[in-house]
Amino acid sequence: MRILLSACILLGLPCLSPAQGQINGVIDKNPGKPHVAVPDFRATGAAAPLMAVFNTTVANDLQSAPVVNFIPKTLYPLQVPQQPSELVAGVAPASPRATTPQGTRLTDWSLPPVAANFLGIGYGAESRGSLVAFGWLYSAAPTIPFLQGAQVFGKIYTATLDEAGAVDAGHRYAADILAQFGGKSLVGTRIVFVSDRTGSKEIWVMNWDGTGQKQLTHYGSITTFPSASPDGRMVAFTTYASGTPAIQIFSLDSGRKLPFYNQRASLNSFVTFTPDSKNIIFSSTANGGAAQLYGASVDGSGFHRITASGAIEVEPKINPKTGADLVDVSGRSGLPQIYRMSIEGTDVQRLSAGTGEATNPAWSPDGAHIAFAWTRGFEPGNYNIFVMDVSSQQTTQLTANEGRNENPSWAPDATHIVYASKRGRQSQIWTMNADGTGKHQLTQAGNNEKPFWVNAEQ
Amino acid sequence: MDYRRALLTSTSALLLVVAAGCKHKAPPPPPPAPVAAPPTVGKPVINYFTAEPSTISSGQPSSLRWSVTDATNVQIESIGQVSPNGRRAVYPTSTTTYHMTATGAGGTTEGDALVTVAAAPAPAPTTTAPTLTPAEMLARQVQDIHFDYDKSDIRPEDQSILQANATALKTIFSMDNSFVVTIEGHADERGSAEYNIGLGDRRAAAVRDALVTTGLAAEKMKTVSYGKERPVCTDATEDCYARNRRAHFSAGQ
Repeated sequence: MRILLSACILLGLPCLSPAQGQINGVIDKNPGKPHVAVPDFRATGAAAPLMAVFNTTVANDLQSAPVVNFIPKTLYPLQVPQQPSELVAGVAPASPRATTPQGTRLTDWSLPPVAANFLGIGYGAESRGSLVAFGWLYSAAPTIPFLQGAQVFGKIYTATLDEAGAVDAGHRYAADILAQFGGKSLVGTRIVFVSDRTGSKEIWVMNWDGTGQKQLTHYGSITTFPSASPDGRMVAFTTYASGTPAIQIFSLDSGRKLPFYNQRASLNSFVTFTPDSKNIIFSSTANGGAAQLYGASVDGSGFHRITASGAIEVEPKINPKTGADLVDVSGRSGLPQIYRMSIEGTDVQRLSAGTGEATNPAWSPDGAHIAFAWTRGFEPGNYNIFVMDVSSQQTTQLTANEGRNENPSWAPDATHIVYASKRGRQSQIWTMNADGTGKHQLTQAGNNEKPFWVNAEQ
Repeated sequence: MDYRRALLTSTSALLLVVAAGCKHKAPPPPPPAPVAAPPTVGKPVINYFTAEPSTISSGQPSSLRWSVTDATNVQIESIGQVSPNGRRAVYPTSTTTYHMTATGAGGTTEGDALVTVAAAPAPAPTTTAPTLTPAEMLARQVQDIHFDYDKSDIRPEDQSILQANATALKTIFSMDNSFVVTIEGHADERGSAEYNIGLGDRRAAAVRDALVTTGLAAEKMKTVSYGKERPVCTDATEDCYARNRRAHFSAGQ
């Protein structure tokens, strides 16, 4: 919000819509946030059939973003400018208007019924076998005298001349718009997850929007519980390929196995990385008894004990902001609950309320919240996703009456959450906004579970 | 004032009615039983004693299941003493009636379960009993141990199964001293997959530790937790959940 305000001040614009209350048919889901209109881009030749995908991608990204209000296309003028030369600024015509707005004046967009604060325009083309999209963003205040001063940015997006390319270009254009209002781009981020679509549970990876789903492991065993390093380069997971659950770490770039020494134990699993991606904490039964938390380097050396609770300790998650504390799931008070402790295992504090079963904690990127799965007042197994403010321990419920929902993981933009939802017989991967709105299914084939949002590679 | 008195009166009347109702529901106790009458503790009750399937072919398993209340000693002929609630796989080679005698303070109750062995397709050519390999013995004679929700301690009713398993395992290890068993810990589908990995590990370890106390060598028994990854059934019923909360024995790796 602070970033958004400064953007408005920089641009010399009122942050509130100038005509709230006069707009018909617009549900203001983000009151006070800028209203953005982006009419459809068009193209000729080989690029023409790809623009529908491009336009849908841009609209979906802006609609699901919590930092802007995307104005429905049904309110737009019929004639749409495709480039700056088709658009004029200047003082609005005398009110009431003599003619219907054509769309070529900036005021056709800034005044009701569109009432946009910002207007995105552009077009697509084919150039030497590639898709090229030209995208602009303009401030659309009615008082702007000259178009040149109203331009926020103008960029060229080059991509492959196919649907995947159109999706990619659309995401990048939408990300550039959202970046103006404090929205962090998800471009380049990926989601690792578990799928049994080949007949056995394997680790898969896909782009954050569900495109480009790719199998990473081929053990033909049970391979599950993926997590990724904050630098976006490594994925750790658990496989039964050698009989007992053991940790493997793969390079996400090469898809190759990296060296990792597993302790002699019936169980080594549930890896979480430190913010510098150099060390890990995980669960092991190396000293007998119930699984406890241990620390080590990413190659498994320097193995050292963190907890000695005597109860089951699983799912450690290191605070990505501080690197100094962690949360985990512990049976020390009976049914599994979420606990917080220092990285040395001291200052243990229960975070979850103690009712029902609380599992699958996941930190928000700012280290202020955790998302988790909780049965609360429901019967065992009936999990829903909740978000807790860690300092006040206030919780907000994000899913309800939509099957069994588990394994939330925050997006690097801090405003999206990926999770697994089992509605009926099969589990699928979904994303939603961190306030529970904008739910969107990403996978279809087989059972898909245990998603983990991977940062763009650094 | 009148109103208040009326209210008081009606409240008292209501109390009287309630009190009368209570008295009505508690009739005077029956006269003391004559000396010759049976004691107050009833005879043991066999809630059920069944064989499933009741018809098998020779050497195939049938599962005896029983539940007895008010008994201090439950015997099944040819098996011996068993816990009041339990089940046991049997492998009769001819039609067998399993006879149960349940003895308690109140007397003795008897019951039968019949396992019919269908005629073998070919007559057995030899008189010697078929010898089982250690792996076959493990599959037939060593049974799953079951657990309560979120628990890994062995229930009293499963102690007899544990003892029978210990006996069978001793025989198996004496037949082949290189034989190793894997004790698999499993959980039902309700908890998280992650926590269930930890829970299944506790269950497998609890069974191994209990078997070690019977004199079996720890190094002969590996443990592995499958959590809820390898269920024997997938119905959302308490019966299925109970079947999945188990420690299962398999031939070692």
